[in-house]
Amino acid sequence: MTLVLSTEKLATKLEQQLPGSIIKSNKDNLLVNSGFLFNLASFLKTAPGLEFDFLSNITAVDYYDYFEVIYQLTSTKHNHSLVLKAQCYGRDNPVLPSLVSLWRGADFQEREIYDLMGIKFEGHPNLKRIVLWEGFQGHPLRRDYLSW
Amino acid sequence: MVIKTEPIILNIGPAHPSTHGVFRMRTTLDGEVIVEMEPIFGYLHRSIEKLAEERTYTGFIPLTDRLDYLAAMSNNLAYCLTVEKLAGIPVPERAEYIRVIIAELQRIASHLIAVGAFLQDCGAFMTPFLYMIREREKILDLFEMVSGQRLTYNYMRFGGLSQDIPDEFLPALRKFVDQMPSYIDEYDQLLAENEILLARTKGIGILSRETALNTSASGPVLRASGVEWDIRHADPYSIYPRFEFKIPTGMVGDCYDRYWIRIQEMRQSVRIIKQAMKQLPPGPVRSTVPWLIHPPVGEAYAHVEAPKGELGFYLVSDNSIAPYRCHIRGPSLINLTALRDMVVGWKIADAIVIFGSIDICMGEVDR
Amino acid sequence: MIGFNYSLGLESYGRTLPPDWPGGFWWHWLVFTVIILAFVMTVLLGFVWFERRALGRMQARLGPNRVGPFGLLQPVADALKVLIKEDIVPSQADKIVHWLAPVVTLVPVLMIFAVVPFQDGALLVDLNIGLLYVVAVSAVPILGIFMAGWASNNKYTLIAAMRDVASVISYEIPVVLSLAGVVLIAGSLSLNQIVLTQNTPLILLQPLGFLIFFIGGLAEINRTPFDLLEADSELTAGFHTEYSGMKFALFYLAEYAEALALSALIATFFLSGWRGPFLPPWLWFLLKIVAMFFVIIWMRATLPRIRIDQLMALAWKFLFPLALLNIVVTAIEVLVWPEALPWGLIPVNIVVAGILVLFLSKKFTLGWGRIEV
Repeated sequence: MTLVLSTEKLATKLEQQLPGSIIKSNKDNLLVNSGFLFNLASFLKTAPGLEFDFLSNITAVDYYDYFEVIYQLTSTKHNHSLVLKAQCYGRDNPVLPSLVSLWRGADFQEREIYDLMGIKFEGHPNLKRIVLWEGFQGHPLRRDYLSW
Repeated sequence: MVIKTEPIILNIGPAHPSTHGVFRMRTTLDGEVIVEMEPIFGYLHRSIEKLAEERTYTGFIPLTDRLDYLAAMSNNLAYCLTVEKLAGIPVPERAEYIRVIIAELQRIASHLIAVGAFLQDCGAFMTPFLYMIREREKILDLFEMVSGQRLTYNYMRFGGLSQDIPDEFLPALRKFVDQMPSYIDEYDQLLAENEILLARTKGIGILSRETALNTSASGPVLRASGVEWDIRHADPYSIYPRFEFKIPTGMVGDCYDRYWIRIQEMRQSVRIIKQAMKQLPPGPVRSTVPWLIHPPVGEAYAHVEAPKGELGFYLVSDNSIAPYRCHIRGPSLINLTALRDMVVGWKIADAIVIFGSIDICMGEVDR
Repeated sequence: MIGFNYSLGLESYGRTLPPDWPGGFWWHWLVFTVIILAFVMTVLLGFVWFERRALGRMQARLGPNRVGPFGLLQPVADALKVLIKEDIVPSQADKIVHWLAPVVTLVPVLMIFAVVPFQDGALLVDLNIGLLYVVAVSAVPILGIFMAGWASNNKYTLIAAMRDVASVISYEIPVVLSLAGVVLIAGSLSLNQIVLTQNTPLILLQPLGFLIFFIGGLAEINRTPFDLLEADSELTAGFHTEYSGMKFALFYLAEYAEALALSALIATFFLSGWRGPFLPPWLWFLLKIVAMFFVIIWMRATLPRIRIDQLMALAWKFLFPLALLNIVVTAIEVLVWPEALPWGLIPVNIVVAGILVLFLSKKFTLGWGRIEV
């Protein structure tokens, strides 16, 4: 069974490593300060004992006030998992750092979020629409997108 | 003398016999060699994630059938598991067993198509494909018995199944399970040792272990690269811990390994079905669940080992009758991330074979 | 050209016609042209039906069985359908070349049958360089296919055309060299003469030559596993992607005519042509053709397709040296032990062929692998 890491313990460890990086932690996810997201992720990827080598899923949720991006990290070596969350504010130009340079599996998923949710990922090598065509107006998965 | 050459751009797809749907590879060719490849998709985008927000939880089950329409039962299962996790719905024993049987049958059916289509991409004219269709028909007959449908089953429900299996299902299943190993041997004999197939697939499109993990490949693609990662084993759902089965892994990560793994997984699936049939208990197949469920505010992610890889559903609930957000982690889409690495440097013919060996379903890529 | 022997299976035909009737040669020409065209077209329709039925059986399905008894009229129905189809020419195509290509492909294939004997002397023209003629004419359809690929103004067809030229130029060499062994033993280039000297089928004396000719022939007529230029899973439909209607049907016919020609040539060169006990010669000939064609169908139903570089490697690194060795071995045998022909040398040749194939296949690696870009 994949062990869901105790996020409280992990949060203190990460807080020591990168002060100010964790905004909130509850029992099954960590809310990360988006400014630290990249550094934190690269730490999680390489730190011994953690080694999250597999980014299984990225998704974004629109909460009107802010967007929440959820990262499901898994370590195939230790068989444990962790859920990271990052928030970005503003509906016109929400920005988050891209994790493609750490896990290339993020490539299509970040493009999909950009396409459907309109969150820009800084540092993504090829950030363009993936399922909709260039020139499509709006981002359909936003809650306030009216389809008809 | 140096001959001046120019690369040409060739669009393979979206309407092409071996792109398994409406996939498009924008390749730049130097003669026959692919120097650059960009996957382009979206031709089958139906915004299923958005549709989920406008439907009740139950009303979304038929749409999950349309994701990976070659493995609709697995999609049903993944979605139902997520909602059960979200709302805390128990599932009766018997339903769990039937779910496992159905899911493994679906894995066999999907792998049959995958292997058959792959061999056809290698140029074996229809024969392997039709042989595998023949067995898939038998599985579809079984599914028709339980659900009344042959492609989009809409069979699983929260807290169990839509209905119990009919009386004639188990004898038919037993007959199928007894026959299947010999059929799998037959497929092995068809082409597994064929020189041409070996020349076309051995060492072609190698996906290294590191790249496979880094690009979030899953399912047979990941296991062919030597990572022993099967969600049925690593993060068991349903009642998989009660069954014994092996996880076949490849050594090299080439097309042949991906083909071979699928053949082996069919054998393991038959093994699981046999065990499940022995242990199948009597009882109800569905716990009491209201028609319209209001899961508590929160979110849940559940994943299953679908035939094509890790199929996950991420649901956010706001205590209404419809999901606030539904995200589908389609293995087909994410397995394609590594496609560029695999095909660059190979010839057009290899690109087709490599693409076939990944086994995608466009319904799941575009969603 | 020696005197004409008008015996055409119909024994009376040869006897009733006086050898000095008016216009002798032209009548002969006319009669045989009509007969050959009728024969080829009929057998082609039969082949289309036969291939579809046989493939169907091999693929665990029925095949066409609706039109006529056992679906025998299916090729006729197909032909009618194809005739009433719209003839689409791409707007950017080179129209004349596009129009000419199917003709250039089909006609030379039909020309091959001019020198194929259906019985002793029963052939259109008994050329004393018949074998050279066959080799020369059988290379021409490639031009038609290249024209089709080039004129269609489509990248798929162009790639198919390039593949075609590359493969055929390569395979012409082992094919011709393998026929040299036949010529050495038969001592003649005339196809009629070659059949007459085959008291034992040459496949026994020339097992290696037969294999090379068969493989090379398959590559030249682009049948599985060398159907690279049609390669429906790679190049949609290869060189005839942009063809429709009757022009497409001509390509389709040409493909089967090539298969028929290959079967007929193998029967002539290696299976002692029309010779055989009991049955009339033309029937023997037809049976051998059908048997060879069945093998071709069988391979089509079984084998995957090989890649272009593997195709070239097979021709140059495997078949070419084998064909050269075959000539050397055959020449030595013919020169040194002509009295041991044929029975003494049959086991020797089979063993030599086995050893050579095994030895070379151990040393041979297919293809060039990934190219760093």
